Amino acid sequence: MALSTSSNFAKPDDAFRAVVEAHRGLSDEQSADLDAALVLILANHIGDLDVLVEAIELARRRMVDASLQAQQQQQ
Amino acid sequence: MPEPVARTPQSRTQFGYRRHADQDRPSASLAEHPVVVVGAGPVGLSFAIDLAQRGHGVVLLDDADRIGEGSRAICFSKRSLEYWDRLGTGQRMVDKGVVWSVGRIFHGESLLYQFNLLPEDGHKRPAFINLQQFHAEAYLVDRVQELSAIDLRWRNKVAGLEAHNDHVVLTIETPEGGYLMRAAYVVACDGARSSLRQMVGAEFAGKVFEDQFLIADVKMTAEFPTERWFWFDPPFHAGRSALLHKEPDDIWRIDLQLHPDADPAVEKRPENVRPRIARMLGHEKFEFEWISLYKFQCRRMDKFIHGRVIFAGDAAHQVSPFGARGANSGLEDAENLAWKLDRVLRRSSPEALLDSYHAERSAAADENIRESTRSTDFMAPASRQEARLRKAVLSLARETEFGKRMINGGRLSVPSIYDSSLSTADGDTWRGGPRPGASMLDAPVAGDGLAFLTDAFIRGRKRFTLLEFSNGAAADAPDDVGVIRVGGEGGVSDSTGLAGTRYDAEPGTTYLLRPDGYVAARFRHPTSSALDAALARAAGFNRGF
Repeated sequence: MALSTSSNFAKPDDAFRAVVEAHRGLSDEQSADLDAALVLILANHIGDLDVLVEAIELARRRMVDASLQAQQQQQ
Repeated sequence: MPEPVARTPQSRTQFGYRRHADQDRPSASLAEHPVVVVGAGPVGLSFAIDLAQRGHGVVLLDDADRIGEGSRAICFSKRSLEYWDRLGTGQRMVDKGVVWSVGRIFHGESLLYQFNLLPEDGHKRPAFINLQQFHAEAYLVDRVQELSAIDLRWRNKVAGLEAHNDHVVLTIETPEGGYLMRAAYVVACDGARSSLRQMVGAEFAGKVFEDQFLIADVKMTAEFPTERWFWFDPPFHAGRSALLHKEPDDIWRIDLQLHPDADPAVEKRPENVRPRIARMLGHEKFEFEWISLYKFQCRRMDKFIHGRVIFAGDAAHQVSPFGARGANSGLEDAENLAWKLDRVLRRSSPEALLDSYHAERSAAADENIRESTRSTDFMAPASRQEARLRKAVLSLARETEFGKRMINGGRLSVPSIYDSSLSTADGDTWRGGPRPGASMLDAPVAGDGLAFLTDAFIRGRKRFTLLEFSNGAAADAPDDVGVIRVGGEGGVSDSTGLAGTRYDAEPGTTYLLRPDGYVAARFRHPTSSALDAALARAAGFNRGF
């Protein structure tokens, strides 16, 4: 596994906060634009396709898990 | 090559139908030909010339009797020019064509990115020339007329195909009625709408792109530099993309992306095209030479070889036009197949050598489809989020290097590197140079009336060739293998040092080049047994393609 999922920030709250604050006052459309640019900037900074692909898989798996959970709750 | 939806009329290069003695033969004794090539486009013509130069008789059929109008495939790559040099037509193409190597990408009114496809000297041929396809075809037809081994029959349309184990019987229709002939091999170069592909029952499925593109050849005098200019969202064509290329004779080729729901019948009318072009150029001082609309698909045949019928060019694979990967990849098909079929016809190699044509060129087609699909997706985003990501790239490109490099306005054709069973894996250590499966590199040389390595390769009569960096003693070349010797007595000299650098050469370094100029093997200090083994492998004496 090339993707690091251990906690890498000394103060994780600061990192989360920085992202949240970047979106403050933006419309959904503007937020989506910001995220798109941010993803590409960070992907380039990582510069490792394997890490990027693993990150995408993790993000997508979370979406699948969420939709499974929603189905189970309905049943 | 785009599929034309509509065209304006234009002058034609006309040829005559002539009756051939084959048409008078009784069905009990049909004419038998070793190779029948179907389709006299750039691929079929080049393939026929190549095979004829290797000493085979070729019948070349075309259902029309003229060369098509319009610029169509205009960008011919360095690799294609080197191939045409071997066919004796390269200089004419370059003399007529517009040489370019720089591309610029604009967003709106600002320049985002500029690239140079051949930033170094010491190559005989440039990165690209722009040349209308009809000029290229006309020069190839002229070359065909010089070769008595090629029997070019206009208005001979293949109407039926009967496959046998060791031959094919073709039914041909002509203005004077039909006739039959036998062919040991049929090479189908009959284009994107190949009728032979339908006759062998092959699938041709792939991705259809909904966006329509308008191409116009415009005659005018203009001061634009000879570069490839690409616009995203240009001021003269809001929200879409545009491409500008210079052609010979003061003709400019303009490609405009239209909205997917644009009506082709309306869009193709000159009175509707004219204002768009006028907005682009800022004036009305131009005349139309040709207007066409096209949509395209990215797709390929599962198998390029169906028994004794072999497919090449657009008949076998289609790509979007962005990247100049249509005609150029078709020419690479031709050069890949010609030497293999030559050896099989001579019984110098087993028939299985032909399987490597499918293996190498279908992998190249996959690569071309992948690259051109990415370009097309970037130009015509399929969803709002794709559009958003593209917008992010274009805005990041204004201030970041990585953003510039992510812009995809077409990745231009370069020769494929074959992961091939014909290659011998490196056993020595290399810091550079073309690896086995890669195309040979050009470099200047001096002596023996030669100026470039590619010239020396042509002089080697298109056989397997050893490119040998001399260590004093001449290596023993196996029979029928050409030798290019760099340095030493009787060798050409590497006065600039570029040959040595480009091949990571040390004294004794030896490359084995295939007859199509691809590297089959390379050695620091070759032994004759290692060379023999590499030659046998490259000639197809090794099962399991």
